[in-house]
Amino acid sequence: MVRSKNFFMKFYLALIIAFLYIPIAVLVVLSFNDSRSRVVWGGFTLEWYKTLFHNSDVVAALQNTLTIGFGSALIATVIGVLAAVGIDAMKKRSYSLTLGVGNIPMLNADIVTGIALMLWFSRFTNLGYVSILLAHVTFNIPYVILSVLPKLQQMDMSVYEAARDLGASSVKAFTRVILPNIFPAVVSGFFMAVTMSMDDFVVTYFTKGAGINTLSTMIYGELKRGIKPEMYALSTLIFAVVLIVLLLVNYMPRIRQKQIQRKLQNRKAAS
Amino acid sequence: MNKRSLLAGPYIVWIIGFTVLPLLMIIFYALGDGRGEMTMSNILAIFEPVHLKALLLALWLAILCTGICLVLAYPLALILRKLNIGKQGMMAIIVILPMWVNFILRIMAWQLLLSRNGLINGALGAIGLPGQDLANSSMAIVIGMVYDYLPFMILPVYNAVTDLKDDVIEAARDLGAPPKAVLTRIMIPLTKPGIISGITMVFVPSLTAFAIPDILGGGKVMLIGNIIEQEFSTSMNWHLGSGLSIALMIFVLISMIFTSNEEEGKERRAW
Repeated sequence: MVRSKNFFMKFYLALIIAFLYIPIAVLVVLSFNDSRSRVVWGGFTLEWYKTLFHNSDVVAALQNTLTIGFGSALIATVIGVLAAVGIDAMKKRSYSLTLGVGNIPMLNADIVTGIALMLWFSRFTNLGYVSILLAHVTFNIPYVILSVLPKLQQMDMSVYEAARDLGASSVKAFTRVILPNIFPAVVSGFFMAVTMSMDDFVVTYFTKGAGINTLSTMIYGELKRGIKPEMYALSTLIFAVVLIVLLLVNYMPRIRQKQIQRKLQNRKAAS
Repeated sequence: MNKRSLLAGPYIVWIIGFTVLPLLMIIFYALGDGRGEMTMSNILAIFEPVHLKALLLALWLAILCTGICLVLAYPLALILRKLNIGKQGMMAIIVILPMWVNFILRIMAWQLLLSRNGLINGALGAIGLPGQDLANSSMAIVIGMVYDYLPFMILPVYNAVTDLKDDVIEAARDLGAPPKAVLTRIMIPLTKPGIISGITMVFVPSLTAFAIPDILGGGKVMLIGNIIEQEFSTSMNWHLGSGLSIALMIFVLISMIFTSNEEEGKERRAW
């Protein structure tokens, strides 16, 4: 009875994971398909992986996607961390007002955010790389704050005050006392921001203007004419890289711990 | 205002510049008729039959999508808690990882999976069931939206469920509560903030989606998001597009008050 219940729970978990990963499996299979058609299997090939980086449009779109992703996440992290520290010190009323207005880009419909920014930017300047970047920073900041603020609230701020009383400048007190405490939350906020930026289509679509593409808008444009098979290869590569990085980040600390233990044992044995 | 809260300065400037003013801009466009006169007709155009029909269909599909996501995510959260896996954030990684594969490509993969001679029909045929014509229908759109937004339901619900204290549940059991009562009278009420946060994170994007209906609806199903997008991309009527966006935003706000009036003053958390 207990065993069958356990089996059922694991089965359900596996089903959900399968649901999330089946489309990705489809794309991986297509990336090795020796046919330009999406529905015909023409045999195994590595062709698309070879031609991938010779296609200057694809490379440009990839560059835009990556630099906007990491750039907007970096700017959002700096602004967001400072904001979280500031908001944490606010009185209740300005606290909820600032946070409430700040969360608008996250809670508002993407299509409204995109259109509003497009109308606003096109008043002053041509749409392009910079307008996409600014738009991405805007919707990324709330994710950073959301990640950092709870950590700050758990932290005992009297430590910071003590550092200040003992003569540390506010910058030093921030970098030496606050930052180490909230660092994991800062990192996860940063990666959340990169992910949201890479995943975005709607806001980019409205704020990009003509003549520039990220991977999302490029693929959307190709949908009706037929997607270049290189795209499947590229997305498989990105997926593989992220998977490896995540596994390393997760298992590295454990491996390092084992190495340190072994070193200590060796030292003990030597003495 | 103490000194530390000044750190939120850049952030406040940013929200004014890139959230508040763009929203005022969209209102400005919505109230204009292009000839310098003020008008409410762009906003009230939401009540025209063709727009109202698209809004109501979008609402129905969004409710379906949100309901399915909740029904899938809650048992999953309970199972993860029971099996005691994912404490180190493994589940968050599993759920977020697919976002690194391009959004448009993942939805396109569903188009292949759902098509007449796609994998799903193949699997149905293999077990002797009649094929379903799933592609280019409202059903396909719901499947695509559930697929894309499920992580936004899983993460907050999972966080809320793992935060439940074992003591509370044990106490309820010791006092003679049957399993059903433990679920409906203890667990669900205590995890309500997570549930509401998940509902908002899924309902808003699914109500306002336009890329997923565009790809999976095959141009046959018009939702309010598609109509707004076309006002900007093909009809080039920015005033009407802005008016419909504002109407949509008001509609979203009303439905959010409807779902969250009970958690006044509580912190919203997403992950």
